[in-house]
Amino acid sequence: MNSIIQFASKLIRGQAPAPAAADVYKFHGGVHPDGHKLESTAHPIAKLAIPERLVLPLRQHVGYIPKIKVNVGDRVLKGQMLAEAEGTFSAAIHAPTSGTITAISEEVIPHPSGLPDMCITLAPDGKDEWCPLKPADWRNTDKKELVASLRASGIVGLGGATFPTHIKVRADGRSQVHTLVINAAECEPYITCDDMLMRERADEIVKGMEIVKFLLGAEHCIVGIEDNKPEATVSMAEACKALANTSVKVVPTLYPSGDARRLIHLVLGIEIPHDKRSTDVGVQVFNVATVLAIYRYFAFGEPAVNRIVTMTGSVNKPQNFEALFGTPLQSLIDAAGGAKADTTHFIMGGPMMGFDLPTIEVPITKAANCIIAATPDLFAPPPPAMPCIRCARCADACPVNLQPQELYWFSKSDNFEKARDYKLFDCIECGCCSYVCPSDIPLVQYYRYAKSEIIAADKAREAADLARERNEFRLARIEREKLERAQKHAERAAAGKAESAKPESAAPEEIAAETAKPAAVPAADDAKKAAIAAAVERAKALKAAAAQAGDAGNAAKETAAESKKPADDEQAKIDKQALIAAAIERAKAQKLAAAQAGAAPKNVDNVSPAVQAEINEIETIREKAKQSVDTKDAEN
Amino acid sequence: MLGLALLLGVVLGISALVFKVEGDPLVARIDAILPQTQCGQCGYPGCKPYATAIAKGEADINQCPPGGDAGARALAELMGVEYKPLNAEHGTPKPKSVAFIDENTCIGCTLCIQACPVDAILGAAKHMHTIIASECTGCELCLAPCPVDCITMQPIAETPDNWKWKYPVIPIVAVPAHGSNASL
Repeated sequence: MNSIIQFASKLIRGQAPAPAAADVYKFHGGVHPDGHKLESTAHPIAKLAIPERLVLPLRQHVGYIPKIKVNVGDRVLKGQMLAEAEGTFSAAIHAPTSGTITAISEEVIPHPSGLPDMCITLAPDGKDEWCPLKPADWRNTDKKELVASLRASGIVGLGGATFPTHIKVRADGRSQVHTLVINAAECEPYITCDDMLMRERADEIVKGMEIVKFLLGAEHCIVGIEDNKPEATVSMAEACKALANTSVKVVPTLYPSGDARRLIHLVLGIEIPHDKRSTDVGVQVFNVATVLAIYRYFAFGEPAVNRIVTMTGSVNKPQNFEALFGTPLQSLIDAAGGAKADTTHFIMGGPMMGFDLPTIEVPITKAANCIIAATPDLFAPPPPAMPCIRCARCADACPVNLQPQELYWFSKSDNFEKARDYKLFDCIECGCCSYVCPSDIPLVQYYRYAKSEIIAADKAREAADLARERNEFRLARIEREKLERAQKHAERAAAGKAESAKPESAAPEEIAAETAKPAAVPAADDAKKAAIAAAVERAKALKAAAAQAGDAGNAAKETAAESKKPADDEQAKIDKQALIAAAIERAKAQKLAAAQAGAAPKNVDNVSPAVQAEINEIETIREKAKQSVDTKDAEN
Repeated sequence: MLGLALLLGVVLGISALVFKVEGDPLVARIDAILPQTQCGQCGYPGCKPYATAIAKGEADINQCPPGGDAGARALAELMGVEYKPLNAEHGTPKPKSVAFIDENTCIGCTLCIQACPVDAILGAAKHMHTIIASECTGCELCLAPCPVDCITMQPIAETPDNWKWKYPVIPIVAVPAHGSNASL
């Protein structure tokens, strides 16, 4: 219906509405939320004072958690690396100012979950003393070296996505980037940090563009700015004159034109296939603030230690601030004249894609482009969701050309496979569908729910596959070991068979072990008998030994009683007596030999009194045992 | 007619050889649904034997507590049978957890290493053992053999890494009763 009305209005007006610039291409969908940008652009960017405490979460970017390189109590200088990038897909964290590490502990981080995570706490000393910086002469340095050094810079995409920058500039050898697109659209309402940065520091941004262009080997450079930022457009156009093959393109104000793929579509007319990256078509996108950070890093050696944050909404003096990473949110609110009385909560990011902060006790991180003090007037709580009436307005608004109503039904009914089939993972969660929904259905929340459920299920499946593999390997290993053992036994049995030809030389104990195994050969009967005899012998010997070692007469009696049980009792008794006698003989002989060799065992020359007492005690016990055995002998 | 029959017969015979299916695909499909905890709570010595038993019709589909209700439903759908709630005889579903060895108490007896179905315990005789948490399926098979009871099961805590967005619910707000309502 909507499209018919739109088409009709086009017909009436004679032709399609002319875009702001002739060479700008329009993407599908999008919405026009109220800008609310003027509030925070009245004042220039202010530098926030160093707070009393900086809390630096390790999780400030997409990818792996960096590895901590400092200890509690260490004094660190501004710009010193606190945590090192772990693997490729990670970013380093640096000290935003000089001071002492006071804690490495779990603190609440700005994350929609509100869960605590590992953070480094730094107590600034107020000196703001830089560590020795190493600016790079990037024009005369190998690109690979530059990219490698960028990995240690801690720079991530400052538009809010926080993707490690060094990954974006490394040459993957697959395709050559020919066009660099600078994302200055800043389409979300309220956010003005990029706008103010372009107004005030356009020269530095353009110098950064030059470096990134060099690193990527790109020929062209296009800056995409929404037409609601005329001041920034003028200053950028002026600064861009210094750089060849560079142009500023003004794009119409339409949310979400700041999404990388939407912006590429807007300025180049290229629609990137959903399973490809922008580099596959030779385009790479960088945010203005990221480009500036890259310039500061190469020109002055400064790693990522601060960013521009828009503090707006229900505060007395909305403004942009240059804040150190780790600055408590409260310092920012205070600097903006404090929050008004009716403030209920704070939103990090924009109103369309941001999330409610769990508490006010969170630090500013690399992702924090905007903090909005929310009031019920500004952001009315959503009215209760009504049933979907299948108007498909969401489909008209979707900039990714998805079918949000279908995704909603599948997500709502936990039909995740279907949701995936309908390209749920192409959804950029921009919120256009929720914005236009006449039934006020929180569509994006359903998509996020479905996405995290699918991701969790995929992880569980991966873990199950790993467990299956390991279990199968273990079973195979056990089977193999069994086989190896059986083989060994068969070999031994064969050897035993050969030996049994000369029965006297057969080692009885070895054969005893053989007989227990199934590797029986008919001819091994003799060996078997011999082995049984040997086993009986051994058992007797063991019992005798036990009797001898046993404490006093009790143990001896017990064993004696036990030995009566077998049928061939008499014979066993006689054997046993003989064995005991033999053992005693042997012990005596040993003692005699020891006495001859120079009395007492070794290591008793320098014993402490306590140890000596213990030795004496043991000796008396031995003596007793000997006496009891002797008396028994006498009895017999 | 006879010639055609012979020809088709030969074609079928050859294709049976060429496209021979290795193993039982049904067992593999059942095994893919099972959580691979290898805990043996189903009464079989692992997930694969249980899958084989289901395929043969010897075991029921509701004997796998780690698979949970969703697992039983998936198995019912695959086997084309009526869904049954989990059989409590085989245990109840528990939150996913991993084993943890108290390293001060461990005597290095290797009994748990022999019990672990996925080789997730590292150690040697008379040396302290430790669990490779990422490989542990939480089957609890190592608990019983431990002579000093130094192994405990620790539920996996929620971190920003594994945190999930919740199903959107519209909170029900208690509206104070108005006079007019009360009179109604």
